Amino acid sequence: MVAFRVDTLWLPMALNTGETLVLDQDYPSTLESVDVAEAEILKAAGEAGFDEDEQHRIGMSVRECMVNAVVHGNRYNRRKPVHVNVVVERREQRARLIIRIADQGEGFEVNEVPDPLHDNNLLRHSGRGLFLMGAFMDDMKVRRLSPRGTEVTLVKNIAVRKTADRIRDEETEIS
Amino acid sequence: MSVKLNTRQVGDVTVIDLSGRITLGEGASALRDVLRDLTAKGNKKILLNLGDVTYIDSSGIGELVSGFTTVTNAGGTVKLLNLTKRVKDLLQITKLYTVFDVHDDEAHGVRSFA
Repeated sequence: MVAFRVDTLWLPMALNTGETLVLDQDYPSTLESVDVAEAEILKAAGEAGFDEDEQHRIGMSVRECMVNAVVHGNRYNRRKPVHVNVVVERREQRARLIIRIADQGEGFEVNEVPDPLHDNNLLRHSGRGLFLMGAFMDDMKVRRLSPRGTEVTLVKNIAVRKTADRIRDEETEIS
Repeated sequence: MSVKLNTRQVGDVTVIDLSGRITLGEGASALRDVLRDLTAKGNKKILLNLGDVTYIDSSGIGELVSGFTTVTNAGGTVKLLNLTKRVKDLLQITKLYTVFDVHDDEAHGVRSFA
């Protein structure tokens, strides 16, 4: 498990029942952080039971989200870290990997982001990141933080069978 | 590993073999630089071989689109060769698969410029 530290800007999130903390970390606003966060969450996704294709989609969503946070949100300001929180939530028959990525930027209106699939936007250089996150993840939410910043929540459902296998494996390891 | 590019000439078609990752930073800028350079030199027929590209993000897609636009505006043509399943899926999801002329066979791709 990745050790986490408490930054003065962020309070550690209280875990809800059934949630297991996987990662809670601040990253400097650099492109290197994009690679590091992607690699750490990919590792977590593998341990959560996702297959290679699903891991690729999760990793790419995290990369797009981290790039948005570093480049557009914090604008490479090293005094503004990107906060990443990852939990695995297990409730009854449902299990989900929940990834929250927060920047300290000025924020944006989701509804004002141009549709990259519109004919007029197809040949635009940028503007596909949010769309890809939504396409690759099972759920995505964007919310404004107070007094500043944006938090994106990315959710991927874990197949119940895989969860059961994993729990059984863990019990075997314990015994 | 960032992207590696190798440029070679097949008749009057310039084939660019790319391998590695085309992502924000070095990978995307390397692709942008080579396409601008070729366009400036007057190369009009460019075939991008993506067979060994392991990863491409939205910035990489953006560079493909920008390169396509740059070369087209200069009177040239950019076509794609040997898409991996993941790159093909990505282009289909973003509706760009129909924008590019895509080939699975180099000889066929080269002939298509004629």
